[in-house]
Amino acid sequence: MNNPRHPPAAPVLAVENLSTEFRVQGRWLPAIRDLSFSVGRNETLAIVGESGCGKSITSLSVMRLIPASQGRVARGSIRLDGQELLALPEAGMEKIRGNRMAMIFQEPMTSLNPVMTVGDQIAESLRHHRQATRAEARQRALELLEWVRIPSARSRYGDYPHQFSGGMRQRVMIAMALACEPQLLLADEPTTALDVTIQVQILALLAELKASRQMGMVFITHNLGVVASIADRVAVMYGGRIIEQADVRSLFERPTHPYTEALLRSMPRVDRPRADLRPIPGQVPPITEELPGCRYAGRCPLAEPRCLRSVPPLAPVAGSPGHLARCWVRAEPACLEDAA
Amino acid sequence: MTALALLPGISPLRRLARLCWRRKAASFGAAVTLLVVLAAVFAPLLAHQDPNEQDILAQLTPPSAEHLLGTDTFGRDVWSRILHGARISLFIGVASIALAMAIGGLLGLLAGYRGGRTDRIIMSVMDMMLSFPSLVMGLLVVAVLGPSMGNLIIAIAFTAVAPFARIARAPTLAIKQRDFIEAGRALGYSDARLMLRHILPNILDEILVLGSLWLATAIRTEASLSFIGLGVRPPTATWGGMIRDGFENMLDAPWLVIFPSIAILVVMISLNLLGDGLRDATDPKLRNE
Amino acid sequence: MFLYTLKRLLLAIPTLLGVLTIVFVIVRIAPGDPAIVILGENATRDAIEQLHAQLGLDVPIWQQYLNFMGQVLSGDLGRSMITNRPVLSEVWRVLPYTMELTVAALAIGIAVGLPLGVIAARHRNKAADFVIRCLSLLGLSFPAFISAILLLLVFSIQLKWLPVIGEASYADPDKRLAALILPALNLGLIMVAYITRVTRSSMLNVIGEDYIRTARAKGVPARWVIWRHTLRNALIPIVTVIGLYLGVLIGNSVLTEIVFNRPGLGKLIVIALNSRDYPTLQAMLVIYAFVIVLANLFTDLMYGVIDPKVRNQ
Repeated sequence: MNNPRHPPAAPVLAVENLSTEFRVQGRWLPAIRDLSFSVGRNETLAIVGESGCGKSITSLSVMRLIPASQGRVARGSIRLDGQELLALPEAGMEKIRGNRMAMIFQEPMTSLNPVMTVGDQIAESLRHHRQATRAEARQRALELLEWVRIPSARSRYGDYPHQFSGGMRQRVMIAMALACEPQLLLADEPTTALDVTIQVQILALLAELKASRQMGMVFITHNLGVVASIADRVAVMYGGRIIEQADVRSLFERPTHPYTEALLRSMPRVDRPRADLRPIPGQVPPITEELPGCRYAGRCPLAEPRCLRSVPPLAPVAGSPGHLARCWVRAEPACLEDAA
Repeated sequence: MTALALLPGISPLRRLARLCWRRKAASFGAAVTLLVVLAAVFAPLLAHQDPNEQDILAQLTPPSAEHLLGTDTFGRDVWSRILHGARISLFIGVASIALAMAIGGLLGLLAGYRGGRTDRIIMSVMDMMLSFPSLVMGLLVVAVLGPSMGNLIIAIAFTAVAPFARIARAPTLAIKQRDFIEAGRALGYSDARLMLRHILPNILDEILVLGSLWLATAIRTEASLSFIGLGVRPPTATWGGMIRDGFENMLDAPWLVIFPSIAILVVMISLNLLGDGLRDATDPKLRNE
Repeated sequence: MFLYTLKRLLLAIPTLLGVLTIVFVIVRIAPGDPAIVILGENATRDAIEQLHAQLGLDVPIWQQYLNFMGQVLSGDLGRSMITNRPVLSEVWRVLPYTMELTVAALAIGIAVGLPLGVIAARHRNKAADFVIRCLSLLGLSFPAFISAILLLLVFSIQLKWLPVIGEASYADPDKRLAALILPALNLGLIMVAYITRVTRSSMLNVIGEDYIRTARAKGVPARWVIWRHTLRNALIPIVTVIGLYLGVLIGNSVLTEIVFNRPGLGKLIVIALNSRDYPTLQAMLVIYAFVIVLANLFTDLMYGVIDPKVRNQ
């Protein structure tokens, strides 16, 4: 919240007008367009959206891990604690990844190197970024394993990933990512592939680690329940753009964009009759389809002719501070200076 | 009666066309191979002389107007011998690979379909055969059976059976789980019918691609066996045999060794290019390149 | 690891017996009577029967099988019909030459092929990749004897850098090394072509895996990612294929030995073939069977070293 007496601290991550393009059948097509968001210290920003909306691409773009043969960051600015990442050469990025900024992935089963012990994989970050000796790195890696609550850490240090369960592997990934105490953690659906009971444990672990390190976290998910439990602020993505941004309370209490509304309505809930389940009609337009207007217009009950003509900007929602939505109908950009 | 279901995909012919357009190397290979095949088929027309006609007076002459590529120790025209050698090499190559495809493919199909003990027995034998080097195996079979064209074909086919069994088995395992096979069984189709009319058309793709790759190996094995002296008996012209004969006089008459070598190389390179291109074209992972 | 090794060793025994049985079958299914083949059509009955007894062919087949297995496993490989010396001693005499050739060729293949494959994978679809793939294709397309002849022509005859080999070359260690160079190069270049190919495709498979992305996300330097992470995982299929290629190597060594007039197992087999030396032929087959089982065993053990999943079963 913006409080004039306490100006907000500089954000850990500030992304402005980020666009990433992918090469499809010989053409460069935008996968994410004009993305702007920020994450502060000890703040969790959840990025929500259905498959294909570009949420994973966003985090990969921030880390600059998009393979050059497939895609490229076309324009924009990504500032980590004030430093512009897009201007860095690859060697510079290597020093930042795993060090000041880290990422954990969705599939713990395939995201760990099968021929290295988990201990060595954790220690590797320390040896590269902190120039730790083997002994120092080993010691610290053991501490990390205990920190993420791997039982019998000492004896499991020398075990291989295939000897761990999914939940344990995810903990190892977290330990690996946080080894060098990064300022920012990007979590790309880390709990989607896990059992519900394990999910809860991992989420709790992440929340605790984040708070103790005052780390900023970007949490990508398609699960609104997870969002409700861990996020401070939420950005909803659709068709490669952020279509609504707010703090978590405002988003759930006053969903503004028709898509957000529909998303909340389509979630099955224990306290509502089943007949109330309303899926969103239609489908997400494919990346190859270039539309001049709002990409949701084809499925939107409120669509007006101007929606098809041009893309609405992210505009403030009346009566809800810090709440932005990209909709001609619901969030008229009356005074654009307010959209900061 | 048509197959219950041909798995969705582009027909092999269209794939070939797409491949030729997109992969210049492979189409170059295909073109050269075609040339060689034509040369072999029309050998009697293209060759000026009888490949086995000896002319002692003209022995070991270098290339000239009369003998395009020179003559060998018996005065036989090298150009004619190379053309006729092409026939032998191609015939043996194609026949042996066709035989290997048929036997190996059926064995793999059977092993994959039946599973259990049949599978284990067939595949252990195949595995043992796989670890035997082609040349040594071919050498031994020919030694045991005696050198003749038929035996050579059998020998080379023998060395190639195991890979085809392998390549037929894997997709069979996957396909036999599919619903249309269940449906066929429910309709009372016999195992043989299911295997041959319904599964086989779907795995033919992979078998054919491997066939094109192995054709080069087969021709190389034939040439090697001829070089050792176990090829088709002289005086029939074979490329390997010509190199063997020319080896002794290599210093005085290098053309005896060079021209058959070039012939072998050209065929090998173009077949490899073609086989590689076919394999890349049918590899699902490379679809978007 | 120890248990795994033990298991592999024990499994090798039935495999060996199986391969030996196949050898026995191959030799026995020859149409026609080997005695007639050797002595000719007009041989007398007595002569044929005598030869039968000499070759051990006068007893029922199952007894022949038992005799065969018994002899092989106790180290008796029969006597050469030509030299009348025990085959085993002939083999021992030439084995070192074949071994040094094979080892040298494999070493060249791995030392050159592996890095080339890694470079080609790293610079996929760019100039370096294209060049490497072309060279690899050439290497695969040259039958071993043609490349051998070519090397001989160029290096020994035209340029006179290396001596043309004769039997006398082997007394002197220096000369022996010089005599090794061209044949090893011949076989080695073929191995380079094969190994480059399989390394490239295996690396490309691994590069697309999730854990490589994780390594990059950790900020591991690019070179480290390639060698320590990617190659280390790519080695598993590469080792399998190299195990298969040992067979190719052995086969091609026969051709190389002929062209370069080098003593070795290959030469022995060809001489036996040409002179219809039945016992030697059979014994050579047995030797090859042993070599192949050993090679497979070695490959399996390598797996244990490289792949922790296999080790910890």
